Amino acid sequence: MEKQFFAETASLSRFVLRRDRLRIPIWIFAFVAATLLIAVAFTDLYQNAQERQAIAETMKNPAMTAMVGPGYGLANYTAGAMMAHQMLLMTAVVVGLMNILLLTRHTRTDEEDGRIELVRSLPVGRLSNLVSALLVMVLVNVLLALITGTGLYALGIETMNLEGSLLYGAALGATGLIFAAITAVFVQLSQNARSAIGLSIGFLLLAYMVRAIGDVGDEAISWLSPLGWILKAEVYVNNYWWPVLLTVGVAALLAALALYLNSIRDLGAGFLPSRPGKMHASGFLASPIGLAIRLQRTGMLAWAAGLLLIGASYGSVLGDLESFFADVDIMQEMLVQTEGFSLTEQFIPMLMSVMAIIAAIPAIMAVLKLKGEEKNERVEHVLGRAVSRNRLLGSYVLLAFIVGFVMLSLAGLGLGLVGLSVMEEELALGMFYRAALAYLPAILAMISIAVLLIGWAPKLTGLIWLYLIFSFVVVYLGGLFQFPEWVVQLSPFGHVPRIPIEDMNYLKLLLLTGGAAILAALGFAGYNKRDIGR
Amino acid sequence: MTILQTKGLTKKFGDFAALDGVDIEVGKGEIYGFIGPNGAGKSTTIRVLLGILRATEGQATIFGKDVWKDAVDIHKRVAYVPGDVNLWPNLTGGEVIDLFIKLRGRTDKNRREELIRRFDLDPSKKCRTYSKGNRQKVALVAAFSSDADLYILDEPTSGLDPLMERVFQECVMEAKAQGKSILLSSHILSEVEKLCDKVAIIRQGKIIEKGTLHELRHLTGTILLVETRQPMPALSEMKGVRGIEEKGGALSFQVDTEELDNVIRYISGFGVVRMESSPPTLEELFMRHYEGAGVGGVS
Ligand SMILES: Nc1ncnc2c1ncn2[C@@H]1O[C@H](COP(=O)(O)OP(=O)(O)O)[C@@H](O)[C@H]1O
Ligand SMILES: [Mg+2]
Repeated sequence: MEKQFFAETASLSRFVLRRDRLRIPIWIFAFVAATLLIAVAFTDLYQNAQERQAIAETMKNPAMTAMVGPGYGLANYTAGAMMAHQMLLMTAVVVGLMNILLLTRHTRTDEEDGRIELVRSLPVGRLSNLVSALLVMVLVNVLLALITGTGLYALGIETMNLEGSLLYGAALGATGLIFAAITAVFVQLSQNARSAIGLSIGFLLLAYMVRAIGDVGDEAISWLSPLGWILKAEVYVNNYWWPVLLTVGVAALLAALALYLNSIRDLGAGFLPSRPGKMHASGFLASPIGLAIRLQRTGMLAWAAGLLLIGASYGSVLGDLESFFADVDIMQEMLVQTEGFSLTEQFIPMLMSVMAIIAAIPAIMAVLKLKGEEKNERVEHVLGRAVSRNRLLGSYVLLAFIVGFVMLSLAGLGLGLVGLSVMEEELALGMFYRAALAYLPAILAMISIAVLLIGWAPKLTGLIWLYLIFSFVVVYLGGLFQFPEWVVQLSPFGHVPRIPIEDMNYLKLLLLTGGAAILAALGFAGYNKRDIGR
Repeated sequence: MTILQTKGLTKKFGDFAALDGVDIEVGKGEIYGFIGPNGAGKSTTIRVLLGILRATEGQATIFGKDVWKDAVDIHKRVAYVPGDVNLWPNLTGGEVIDLFIKLRGRTDKNRREELIRRFDLDPSKKCRTYSKGNRQKVALVAAFSSDADLYILDEPTSGLDPLMERVFQECVMEAKAQGKSILLSSHILSEVEKLCDKVAIIRQGKIIEKGTLHELRHLTGTILLVETRQPMPALSEMKGVRGIEEKGGALSFQVDTEELDNVIRYISGFGVVRMESSPPTLEELFMRHYEGAGVGGVS
């Protein structure tokens, strides 16, 4: 019986590790390096208790709570407390993302491409594939937890003691495990890798937002989100271990559910219903752009809903922010008078930049889809007919542009509409919208760089994601760390005027758009010259 | 009239030459067989012809136009069926066929329904659920319902059952009857033998033999099956005799055409009981090259 299910699991696990012998170390290294660097940077930047306490004061507001989670130990804001408060949640979200991508890659993607069928024809158990993938994820998350934990401790920062450091690592690892397990369930439910990834990332974002709403408002709501649990560990402040145990326990249950679902389904099948198909194509599906839209429709609708929701949830916080500062007179005077802008207004650009970077993800995905089509040898159907390469690539670029525009609009309007409805302060909806659309040239630049890669280095298109992560780091953390201006400007998002505290700068945006156009043109030239194929 | 022509076509992937000086020529109304073992370079040649890969050296023209520079114009009159038909898992077969027809520019809706019926395809299923053969049918229906002048078919029947192969052959013959040209790559010899007017054999990126089927058979002579009352001691030493095999008391062997007369004279001295002659099949022709025995090296 056991053999029926688990035969050769160990060799499959080794095979998974072998296939990812670079990918996994790179992920882990990136997490550890980023965490340690930031810990060191924090202690360098804020060298004494007064400086840290001043930061703690600025952290005591709902917008920050929504973004990074509730602050523990704000009264005695040690370097450790600061690290756990400002970095743990964001890092955990990205750890979740890593688990989603890695697990899907070794399960549904392999199944969809027919490789599991080959494996299953060998004397291999029915669940061996899923179990081996899960085991590898356990190994990855445990390694991540241990290396991060001991690394933080080894920095020798006074308030980062051994227990707290290990708990910090364990919190990340536990988050990873629960998202690996959730993904394992979605992989059973949905029939293809794309929607499995879509559902899992959707769940991740939902977990983030539910927690944001709960942390700002009713704490009970935070209990609905695994990301909410992990913050209750109060790392470096009270060091509770039970949230880690809870998370790992639930992860184990979810993994068991995934294994059960896997054991009762056919290879290649899912549980979510697939509708009966059409005999004929609609008039819409008659051109490369029609095809591009049709292929990505569902995913893009989900992203649109997601961005509207993110905008709306940030917007709902704006009202709390205002009433919060109304109570704290000193703060209000200290921060508001200097700039001539209300605190709400000062937060808008920061929220907007984060949302713009999230909005860039579906836009980049829309254009990179062409690369995926090429890899799956489906581009030749289109190019083999009366379609030029310019028209094909142009269709995907146009779609990506529209996606970027729609996503930004939804995020901006969601923020503005909900924000205005909960705020006393009179702000114009148009201001919100302009603040959002100012980021369109930056998204355009990201699309153009993706086009450049598709044209000249199709194997390296993944670099665009690194660049987006870099952009996120400099834009999001740039404010906290006061990075030098030139570093921030290495990202297109760093050139966007921070409306409303800065004026709209059309010249800058025009230059950004022009630069994007040049890169895109180069990309088109490359795409016209190269071989199509894997 | 020449529809498709390549001259010294060479394609390198890094240092590896997948194609090395390929010359083929397809005339109007001709079915041109392009045969060779796996990895010989058939698909690579076809991808170059479609302007999907760029030739390292050499020329290729279709309808007198350069396959790389004028790809879009050429494709308006070309129908292509790839060897490995990868489709979009979440579109139905019917949707894909319609899309393909529309992307070519010219439309013939009635042909579509007729072909779907003849190929026995269910167009309402998602491509994800199709077997290899069904995916090939989708591509074939789209190709044959288009009013193309040149059909480029890359091992189009490798997933079809014998019944469907018949339908495919009918479609090819109908196209030929309408004066269309066809480039058919295959490693299924009976298919090529049945359909093709001309054949080119490719191996390791080089064309090793080409011409009409008649010419190629001429090259390799005749197969004789002979039973004699007395044994023929010197047969194996005779010039132009190859591949002697014992078959149920009779001997089967191949004779080069120019030596046929001598050989018959020799045999007749031993009391012929039974004698059958047949042209060599393409298979025999093919095996001779596969074995690497050398092109014409034995005789
Ligand atoms: N993109 C590529 N990169 C490197 N080698 C390739 C590529 N495409 C094909 N080849 C090689 O070129 C040779 C010819 O392949 P192909 O034309 O597909 O053969 P056939 O269609 O005759 O089976 C094979 O050895 C194959 O491995
Ligand atoms: Mg091939």
